[in-house]
Amino acid sequence: MKIGVCGSLESNDALITVKPSEKQEIVIKSIVYDFFHEQIEQVIKDTLKEVNKENLSVLCEDKGALDYTIKSRLLTAIKRMEEK
Amino acid sequence: MRRSLLFMPGNNPAMLQNSDVFEADAVIYDLEDAVSVTEKDAARVLVANFIGARKAAFPMEIVVRINGLDTDFYAEDLNAVVSDKIDTIMLPKATLETLIELDKILTDIENKKNLTKKIGVIPIIELACSVLEIDQIAKAPRVNGILLGAEDLTSDLEVSRTKKGDEILYARQRVVMACAAYKLDSIDTPFTDTNDEDGLQTDSNFALGLGFTSKAAIHPNQVGVINSTFVPTMDKIKWALRVEQANKAALEKGLGVFSLDGKMVDKPIIERAKKILVKAKRYNLI
Repeated sequence: MKIGVCGSLESNDALITVKPSEKQEIVIKSIVYDFFHEQIEQVIKDTLKEVNKENLSVLCEDKGALDYTIKSRLLTAIKRMEEK
Repeated sequence: MRRSLLFMPGNNPAMLQNSDVFEADAVIYDLEDAVSVTEKDAARVLVANFIGARKAAFPMEIVVRINGLDTDFYAEDLNAVVSDKIDTIMLPKATLETLIELDKILTDIENKKNLTKKIGVIPIIELACSVLEIDQIAKAPRVNGILLGAEDLTSDLEVSRTKKGDEILYARQRVVMACAAYKLDSIDTPFTDTNDEDGLQTDSNFALGLGFTSKAAIHPNQVGVINSTFVPTMDKIKWALRVEQANKAALEKGLGVFSLDGKMVDKPIIERAKKILVKAKRYNLI
């Protein structure tokens, strides 16, 4: 199966794994889950919509990443998945 | 006008988001040597989104070091990062030929993206052939400063890199001369031992004495030493203020040449004093 991975488990980063799916599935594991999981989910949804890839399975392992980092890691993970 | 230019690895979110607090005059977001080949794609997207997401203006010049024009990465780097929010592209292993090519690419991107500014370029001199054609490089389009890259240059020369730097003296002098001739910032090569503050101070003093206007840093702890070195001393500022005052008085009397402390002061000395005062004002020293 094609998957794309980008990022790291370093502080302030996120490790994003994406794979094709028949529907949108988003799983978030975050050290700041209680405070920010809705915001992280929204960044992921907005980014998927922006690149017209709404049906993907996304696993986000977050280590306190800001929005721009989550968006960047997701975009690169998608690109890597598509290049496989 | 710059004193310090601080390199920041382009694929490290923690460092990117703190990059504006170190008081460097410019931050260089690095897509080249600080990023492994397998992470080039991730770094350019991260840097572009980091810069793009910032709503407030950056307090420093924004420079991006792209990968060289001899790689497969530079075109995607430029397409990703060039925007109105960056000021300058730093070009590794620059030659006159690659600078002309870069100017064309930047012009195309500026037009396609309707940029409101013209992006500047800092070439890195790190090939022997670039040292030889540096006067042409200094005149190339968009160039507003030149950085000496001693690590790659000494590799090209097949000599060892030393702290004293005898092996790069000729290249340093060529950079200083070309930049002075064409009114560009001359940027000295980084001092690579980040734990040797005395060594950094000695190296910075030497570069200043050769005529360099600024120096690159590879660690935030180097910025303070560099910033305090590449500014006029208080003695020089006081002298320049006295020259300015004496010149004003001489002009009122219709004199082009006058004497200060028993020494003749003419146009070159007056110009030197003016440059000192411009720099002192720029960095809030007066």
